[in-house]
Amino acid sequence: MPTEQDSRMEFGSEPMVLNMGPSHPATHGTVRFLLKLDGEKIVHLETEIGYLHRGFEKHCENGTWTQAFPYTDRLNYNSAMQNNVAYAMSVEKLLGIEDKIPERTKYIRTIICELARMCDHYTNLAAAGLELGALTAFLYLVEGREKLWDIIEEICGARLTSNYVRIGGLASDLPENFEEKLIATFEENKVFYDEFDQLLTHNRIFIDRMRNVGNITAEDAISFGFTGPCLRAAGVEYDVRKANPYLAYAEMDFDVPVGSTGDNYDIYLIRMEECLQSERIIRQCLKKMKAGPINIDDPKIRQRSKEDISNEMESMIFHFKNQISGIQVPAGEAYVATEGSNGEVGFYLVSDGGGKPWKCRVRPACIPLTAAMGYRCQGLMLADIIPTFDMINLIGGECDR
Amino acid sequence: MANIIQIVKDRFGDLVLDSHSQHGDDTVIVNKNSILEIMQWLRDNEATNFNFLMDLTAVDYLGKGKDMRFEVVYHLYSLENNIRLRVKAGVTEEDATINSLAPLWKGADWYEREVYDLYGILFIGHPNMKRILLYEGFEGHPLRKDYPIDKRQPLIGPDN
Repeated sequence: MPTEQDSRMEFGSEPMVLNMGPSHPATHGTVRFLLKLDGEKIVHLETEIGYLHRGFEKHCENGTWTQAFPYTDRLNYNSAMQNNVAYAMSVEKLLGIEDKIPERTKYIRTIICELARMCDHYTNLAAAGLELGALTAFLYLVEGREKLWDIIEEICGARLTSNYVRIGGLASDLPENFEEKLIATFEENKVFYDEFDQLLTHNRIFIDRMRNVGNITAEDAISFGFTGPCLRAAGVEYDVRKANPYLAYAEMDFDVPVGSTGDNYDIYLIRMEECLQSERIIRQCLKKMKAGPINIDDPKIRQRSKEDISNEMESMIFHFKNQISGIQVPAGEAYVATEGSNGEVGFYLVSDGGGKPWKCRVRPACIPLTAAMGYRCQGLMLADIIPTFDMINLIGGECDR
Repeated sequence: MANIIQIVKDRFGDLVLDSHSQHGDDTVIVNKNSILEIMQWLRDNEATNFNFLMDLTAVDYLGKGKDMRFEVVYHLYSLENNIRLRVKAGVTEEDATINSLAPLWKGADWYEREVYDLYGILFIGHPNMKRILLYEGFEGHPLRKDYPIDKRQPLIGPDN
């Protein structure tokens, strides 16, 4: 790559400073790039984040353990269920009740995590198409995502802000005829997915924009702390679901796609494949799942049903105690790693023995990916920022917290 | 493989102030002055090989009766050995500084800026020690326990 001095001599011009964002029509996510351009070539790219900072940790520290759930929804809002699950698992680890979580809950949590992954990948892939000019492809996959969101709406009543998981269980069981509806949706989505695949995967224009753009070596990716599809695209086989299986992943049969160059096209292919693998996992869960309780049988932790609260004196007392003082979590600290759609989502929680978290830290998967933007874009053309930024799938809510 | 805490203790002796494996998370608490040396060894040594700096954050223990008000918390992961280790280093309020890990991991850059932004802990040797989530001109560090949750500040535009 030529240095600044070289290129100035070549073109006889000064570098131009260009401000891109924070609200740019060709990027999704609120982030600002401060560019130094030599013609159309990027000499230096500085990324500025924080436009969506809401004080996630401060809010969590000032509410009860249960009250943090709605905030976790708003981290990565494309796959809110995964954040719910990751947070619940961390609190359960602190409480030491991991072994007491009912079997059915584990399967349901696996299903919703994978559903969320599909939604996230669908959104990301569709948006990537859109921002490179493929509006038709966008419409197909977003239609598929809408259908998945309809399923999520049936599960928990909301499309994005799910708030479905509870400490020690779930807010409610799956709706009636869930399996048939989900399988029917998969069949419908297959059409959209295949159309999208045919429109983009072998499309010359699309490949030209994606292939060999934003390459990163495995060594650099690890140094930056990449996880998820972006790390696997660089050829590192690391998936928390395989490395440290949680929920029901240990008994699931699925493949983890791995790339080689770390460029945008590899990330694209990995995300495409992961959608299929998620569907595979969900189908296995549906087969293995049996009827049973969904909440832990401990009155000090368990979320009471509305019916019980209205009809049983004891339930009402426990409900009142759990809501006002919060679930009492013994002092200690715990970190739980889960595989989010964009990489490792981990919650590091510290309890001082009370009803509120003393510290509630989330390891956002897209911070390292965003931090590496300047490094990956150096020497590329201005237009290459768009596919590179697309494929890291920055979610402002998670990045800025 | 052998107990990771024992391996670190054998190598660094007194620099490891404390350790525990609460909930199965291996944790060592080390002297902050040696953090760079310890982390480099943990990363490069074959027995440990912690090539991932997964997470870096801090905790404020104001009013909890600890000698050191802050703790900087590192989460390491080794891909080859598939093990995790939490390293913690206490930092006092008067001398809220610690060596930066930016020379070891590229990813440390933003994490450390975030800890500086929200806790006011300075990382010595960091190439670009400035706020990341909040804006230049913001007063105080909001994740400190003595920063009121309902405090409001005027939003000042960026300098550049």
